[in-house]
Amino acid sequence: MRHIISILIENEAGALSRVAGLFSARGYNIETLTVAPTEDSSLSRMTIVTNGSDDVIEQITKQLNKLVDVVKVVDLSEAPHVERELMLVKVRAAGKDREEMKRMADIFRGRIIDVTETTYVIELTGTSSKLDSFIEALDKALILETVRTGVSGIGRGDRILKI
Amino acid sequence: MQLTGAEIVMRCLQEEKVDHVFGYPGGSVLHIYDELFKQDKVKHILVRHEQAAVHAADAYSRSSNKVGVALVTSGPGVTNAVTGIATAYCDSIPLVVLTGQVPTYYIGQDAFQECDTVGITRPCVKHNFLVKDVKDLAITLKKAFYLAKTGRPGPVLVDIPKDVSAAKCDFHYPKEITIRSYNPVVKGHSGQIKKAVKLLLEAKRPMIYTGGGVILSDASDKLIKLVRTLGFPITQTLMGLGGYPATDKQNLGMLGMHGTYEANMAMQHCDVLLAIGARFDDRVIGNPDNFGSIPRKIIHVDIDPSSISKRVKVDVPIVGHVPDVLAELLALLEEGQAKPDAKHLAAWWKDIGEWRSKDCLKFPQGDDVIMPQFVVQKLYEVTGGDAFVTSDVGQHQMFAAQYYGFDKPRRWINSGGLGTMGVGLPYAMGVKFANPEATVACVTGEASIQMCIQELSTCKQFRLPLKIINLNNRYLGMVRQWQEMFHGNRYAESYLDSLPDFVKLAESYGHIGMRIEKPADVEPALREAFTKHKNDLVFMDFITDQKANVFPMVAAGKGLSEMILAEDL
Ligand SMILES: Cc1ncc(C[n+]2csc(CCOP(=O)(O)OP(=O)(O)O)c2C)c(N)n1
Repeated sequence: MRHIISILIENEAGALSRVAGLFSARGYNIETLTVAPTEDSSLSRMTIVTNGSDDVIEQITKQLNKLVDVVKVVDLSEAPHVERELMLVKVRAAGKDREEMKRMADIFRGRIIDVTETTYVIELTGTSSKLDSFIEALDKALILETVRTGVSGIGRGDRILKI
Repeated sequence: MQLTGAEIVMRCLQEEKVDHVFGYPGGSVLHIYDELFKQDKVKHILVRHEQAAVHAADAYSRSSNKVGVALVTSGPGVTNAVTGIATAYCDSIPLVVLTGQVPTYYIGQDAFQECDTVGITRPCVKHNFLVKDVKDLAITLKKAFYLAKTGRPGPVLVDIPKDVSAAKCDFHYPKEITIRSYNPVVKGHSGQIKKAVKLLLEAKRPMIYTGGGVILSDASDKLIKLVRTLGFPITQTLMGLGGYPATDKQNLGMLGMHGTYEANMAMQHCDVLLAIGARFDDRVIGNPDNFGSIPRKIIHVDIDPSSISKRVKVDVPIVGHVPDVLAELLALLEEGQAKPDAKHLAAWWKDIGEWRSKDCLKFPQGDDVIMPQFVVQKLYEVTGGDAFVTSDVGQHQMFAAQYYGFDKPRRWINSGGLGTMGVGLPYAMGVKFANPEATVACVTGEASIQMCIQELSTCKQFRLPLKIINLNNRYLGMVRQWQEMFHGNRYAESYLDSLPDFVKLAESYGHIGMRIEKPADVEPALREAFTKHKNDLVFMDFITDQKANVFPMVAAGKGLSEMILAEDL
């Protein structure tokens, strides 16, 4: 099953490699991983999307907690949460495709953030599946480049991950 | 007053009451060696290979429960040390490994003797640090010692660039330290402990299984009390030997791949299993599916939550420091005054008695060829069962574990988790430095001993009167055994040709060498070595049966009760 794990970790050199190393050494899978400092610059917040049976996920959280730099670990998928991913898509937008691209961006509530005579860069935020759908909906031949941030997630309501 | 980084290292070691550092010098640690030279509180033991420095520090810790300390230079010093670090990591041994690094301003430029120490060692340390500023040095060393010995212990590495050991700053060594991201659980959950007591008292066929955690946490006394209070049978892992007296009648001996028949059968037939400081690894429970398919309730006490329900589903997990949890279990038992059901327990002991009567460790000793088991038995007799015994890895290791009954913790020193050939001799050195009055024997094989043989020179320098018991079968015995049993007797590269003359070799290092070829000579030779040559290192080369095998054996991937016994062959 798919799980979203949120980690608060010391913002130290090498902290990311400890987490990445743990996943590769123990054969856990990483679908996406995002990391950036929090409002408290001594801490980073990491979101990892992974897959595994309940036993594997239990081990992943225990092993993460064992890392000395890790302050807190939460499996967001255990309770209501929101998740978002950002994607930038560069598409060919010339001639008749130009209008069509704009229409598609509007339907998906994307924004066009870079315009040239022949291309657009469309910014789209949403769940991973919404981003997938957008890609699906586009004419493959017109997609020049895509880049995705990976998933960020946060618990709903009173669920707060903080020290 | 301002101190240099190197002076700070020395002061920190002194603050931590470190009396021995095992190491080997080189360019990037020269400032630190200079300070070592100028003081006399911390004694430096010069080994002949960095691997041995870490092994010796490791055994120093295993045999004393102090933190072991090793000091090596950057680059090749570090890579040589990695085997030692990984070995300690696999057995959760508290070490602080200090490594030199090229100056901070050279890092990343492929400087001479530069390597990514933090990167190379990351998967085999509890934690590691690169100190980039001398102001962080003292606090980092404090953290290193604290991390190494608390929670589930393990090696911690501190990488110190050469400019950091030369730079100066004020010195302050904190008395206490907290690390916000590191809070190991100590006290077991009371509700869970109550549940455990209930299960134990209701058990019809109870079994206690203990591992290295009991030794590491110095929980032997409490364990003995608990086992005697309950009257239950107990078995130990390879790492747990000595945690409960081998000679006690409630002890079924070692379990696992080469465990006793009675211990493995009791593991499979019990209805309640109390596991303490052990981790159900593959050499211990065999096939986890087979093990898990047997209905029994499992209580698991361990300091490391990730050890619980990792390989086997556990019914009552108790995360906590073993002695504290045992104390609470004992208190509850005393308070409740309930006793286990005597009738059921008697029936269970009767079953165990039958398994025991197989006498699974018996072996034939004729007049011509020395059986390796016989040497260990005699070693036990001659040393009164009271020596510190280190071993290498192979058949001799299993024979030592099976036939030298350890009555006390921290007496049996071997590489259980990583299974590192070559540890035996440096382990014996570490033990001797930690226990100068003790009798120390190293049970080894002619292959393993050659992996750190250079340490005979260190032993000469420090006059270490170790006794090396070389069970010389001219084979990589354990490899040969597997080839005999699972690879159609094809002994691929397991024969050791061109062995040195170990007697002359020992003599060339200034030690005493003996070759023993007849069973009748085994005991007299041992007596001579341990009495007449008490104060010398004696290398005893026992020419043993070439094809002796270790039994009982549970083949890899099999269930624990599917044992091959010597009598079946
Ligand atoms: C460093 C290392 N390399 C290889 C092995 C694999 N191995 C395990 S036991 C063994 C043979 C050991 O031979 P010896 O020391 O003579 O002991 P014996 O089994 O004959 O008693 C080998 C090669 C190992 N454990 N460690």
